[in-house]
Amino acid sequence: MIWLDTLVQGILLGGLYALFAAGLSLVFGIMRLVNLAHGDLIILAAYLVLMGVTLLGLSPWIAALVAMPVMFALGWLLQTAVLNRVLGKDILPPLLVTFGLSVALQNGLLEAFSADSRRIPVGALEGASLDLGLVTVGIMPLMTFASAIVMIIALNALFYHTALGRAFRATSDDVVTAGLMGIEPKRIFAIATGIAMVVVTLAALYLGMRANFDPSIGPARLIYAFEAVIIGGLGSLWGTLAGGIIIGVAQTFGAALNPEWQILAGHIAFLAVMLLKPRGLFPRAVD
Amino acid sequence: MYRLTTRTRAGTVTAIIVPIFIVAALALPAVASRGVIQDLFFILTMLTLAQIWNLLAGYGGLVSVGQQAFVGIGAYAMFAGVILLGWNPVLAIPLGGLAALVLAVPTAFFAFRLQGAYFAIGTWVIAEVTRLLVAQWKALGGGTGTSLPREATSSILGTDAVRALFGVREAAARDVMAYWLALALLVAVTGGIYWLLRSRLGLALAAVRDNVDAAQSVGVDTGRLRWAVFLIAAAATGLTGALIFLQTARISPSAAFAVTDWTANVIFIVVIGGIGTIEGPILGVLVFFALRSALADYGSWYLMTLGLIAVVVMLFAPKGLWGLIASRKGLHLFPVRRRLTGPKIKGGI
Amino acid sequence: MLETRGLTANYGQFRALFGVDISVAAGECVAIIGANGAGKSTLMRSITGVIGNEPGMVLHRGEPIGALSSAEIMKRGIAMVPEGRRLFPSLTVEENLLVGGQARKVPGPWNLDAVYDLFPILRERRKSPSTALSGGQQQMVAIGRALMSNPQLLLCDEISLGLAPVVIRDIYAALPRIREGGAAIVLVEQDIGKALAVADRVYCMMEGRVTLAARAAEVTREDIHSAYFGVAA
Repeated sequence: MIWLDTLVQGILLGGLYALFAAGLSLVFGIMRLVNLAHGDLIILAAYLVLMGVTLLGLSPWIAALVAMPVMFALGWLLQTAVLNRVLGKDILPPLLVTFGLSVALQNGLLEAFSADSRRIPVGALEGASLDLGLVTVGIMPLMTFASAIVMIIALNALFYHTALGRAFRATSDDVVTAGLMGIEPKRIFAIATGIAMVVVTLAALYLGMRANFDPSIGPARLIYAFEAVIIGGLGSLWGTLAGGIIIGVAQTFGAALNPEWQILAGHIAFLAVMLLKPRGLFPRAVD
Repeated sequence: MYRLTTRTRAGTVTAIIVPIFIVAALALPAVASRGVIQDLFFILTMLTLAQIWNLLAGYGGLVSVGQQAFVGIGAYAMFAGVILLGWNPVLAIPLGGLAALVLAVPTAFFAFRLQGAYFAIGTWVIAEVTRLLVAQWKALGGGTGTSLPREATSSILGTDAVRALFGVREAAARDVMAYWLALALLVAVTGGIYWLLRSRLGLALAAVRDNVDAAQSVGVDTGRLRWAVFLIAAAATGLTGALIFLQTARISPSAAFAVTDWTANVIFIVVIGGIGTIEGPILGVLVFFALRSALADYGSWYLMTLGLIAVVVMLFAPKGLWGLIASRKGLHLFPVRRRLTGPKIKGGI
Repeated sequence: MLETRGLTANYGQFRALFGVDISVAAGECVAIIGANGAGKSTLMRSITGVIGNEPGMVLHRGEPIGALSSAEIMKRGIAMVPEGRRLFPSLTVEENLLVGGQARKVPGPWNLDAVYDLFPILRERRKSPSTALSGGQQQMVAIGRALMSNPQLLLCDEISLGLAPVVIRDIYAALPRIREGGAAIVLVEQDIGKALAVADRVYCMMEGRVTLAARAAEVTREDIHSAYFGVAA
């Protein structure tokens, strides 16, 4: 039964990675931008939520709700003031700018919050678990996974059933023609990054409630997110969830064999998928 | 009557001044203190890494953020040569280049499957995997790392001669040796890149940078070109990594595979100085060193400042400080661009 | 309503337009003809802001719009049917049409139903991905998409290019109904006969300049020949 338990833990962990990855996937899908500061922005959001809890005395959920519009505004500002200026045919400037931001953000957080590990307190929920007969699962991992699914459904609804979603997809297809349709691509990009930051806040909430975090762990979250996106195949959020699950399961099985192998096993799974399916498991037909 | 040339007046001046600089740098340990030599060692090795990364990203369009993989594997291979095979540390340095070259093959195989910007994170993943695997290598200290044995550091090739020459203690002599090697490596790498850019390969690189499709249509094999640049850069990075850790004589996975030290700083040097030029990294490393010295007491503020400066440079002067100078004065110290010279064409085109 | 004054355009070092002056009155249909490379599409791209200009080079109702973005120009009621149709491949037929109308919501004759009445085949294919359509059907979507914003001016860039004669006839049959809706039309065409049959006025371009401006009813074969090729017939 230990293996079944490991499998379930891995799948649920995949929900967290899908949350990390969704924002990255959204931004890449719409503007072909890879934001190397994505992981550090997750950590920034986690500190924001933590501050809401410790300074304002809010519950983590309310604190996250408060942090979401703040992060949306930050994403909007980041896109408008910085990223829109460097987007173009050349992929070098946006990569270097976001890499610079990543390092600056990481060290800024270090200066502001020190290198100490922190955690968002959740009270009784933290250790609570649910007995499902064959396995026992923690409430918190279960909620993470459920949130990932709700988030994917919501994003897909936004994408496929709203005017904004149409504008996103049209801009992603063809920026020039989208402009001819009265869509301001730069405004669309700013909204997209804002939404990605809202998703990032949700990811940060669960990251901070489930485990300790400190300013240095952003890049590793970026890498997990990236692996989930690539495994899933660019352009499908359900694929991203599948990618997150593969990384999560590989990590829990690796850890079950030897705790030192946890992270390594996730990376190896990613490389194995790359070897067998270079375009990911669910590649997009139109590219 | 018409011919293609890369020669400029400033370029000719460079050709005269550079050898003088090199000779002066070689003789410097006779007068400079140990601290200065150590600082210069740091500058030279960072500049070497910067020139290599500039070749990759600035000329080859390959934005790798996983160069720490090659620094780390190069350093570990050198340590393995010394500790496991009993080689002299200096002779074990080439082993570092070789190990990096070998690692570069699977790295390129995976990373080249990733399109455009995702290539960057792909190289990062490989670096992480390498770090985690090396941390399992118990013979070299596993996760905590190890030091070069005393016998090895005291018998480094050439230190006896340096001690006799300058009359310094063993540790200082070791630093001088490392400094000379760093100087030689920098000259070789910069010279090699300069030569490469002026060769047919450089022309092909420029063509690919301007327009991939057009370059392919005139017969440039872009796939092979990328492989060549990536492998050359990896081997040179491995050599540099081995040399850096020969000087520190102590290694650990987190130090040898540090993304901040071996990739972030290097990228900032190139970006601030000016990407896509040989002069840029030289200027960049001086700015970097000055900032580092000035902000040394402010901990992480220093890296934050560096990151923000890089962002600002990319936004407002994407060709870096050197780009600002070159565009104002038309100065090219290391000219690689081919220009048509000859009598003026009457009437114009 | 729309006017260009000394409009120039460059692609890097290469100059594509050398001081082009054209004008379009409200409700009018103007044809722009010329050989490949004459600068017709560049002119369209300049008017719609795809290529940036000096503000005063393009005037809309007397106001300079030459430096506005494509989106701002479109919101003023200048809609474009781009060369090569440029439908959004990841959108369905209906979504393509909706995208055309969502940024500029003004009352007017055109909405989904009106476009489907104009091109009934599109109603049947409304849920299809736009990539699954024939060339002629794609052209209908492109025209319908531009109409959805109820423009005052419709710019049609090479709408007959690459289509079978019978399909071209269907598409041209729609133009009178579009004019009835009140929109002025600029037709960029290589097919001179088709263009002259529907246009009120005609401009001919050659090598980035306007070489002929005339009323369509009065222009002769010889005029066009010399304007088109730069030599007398």
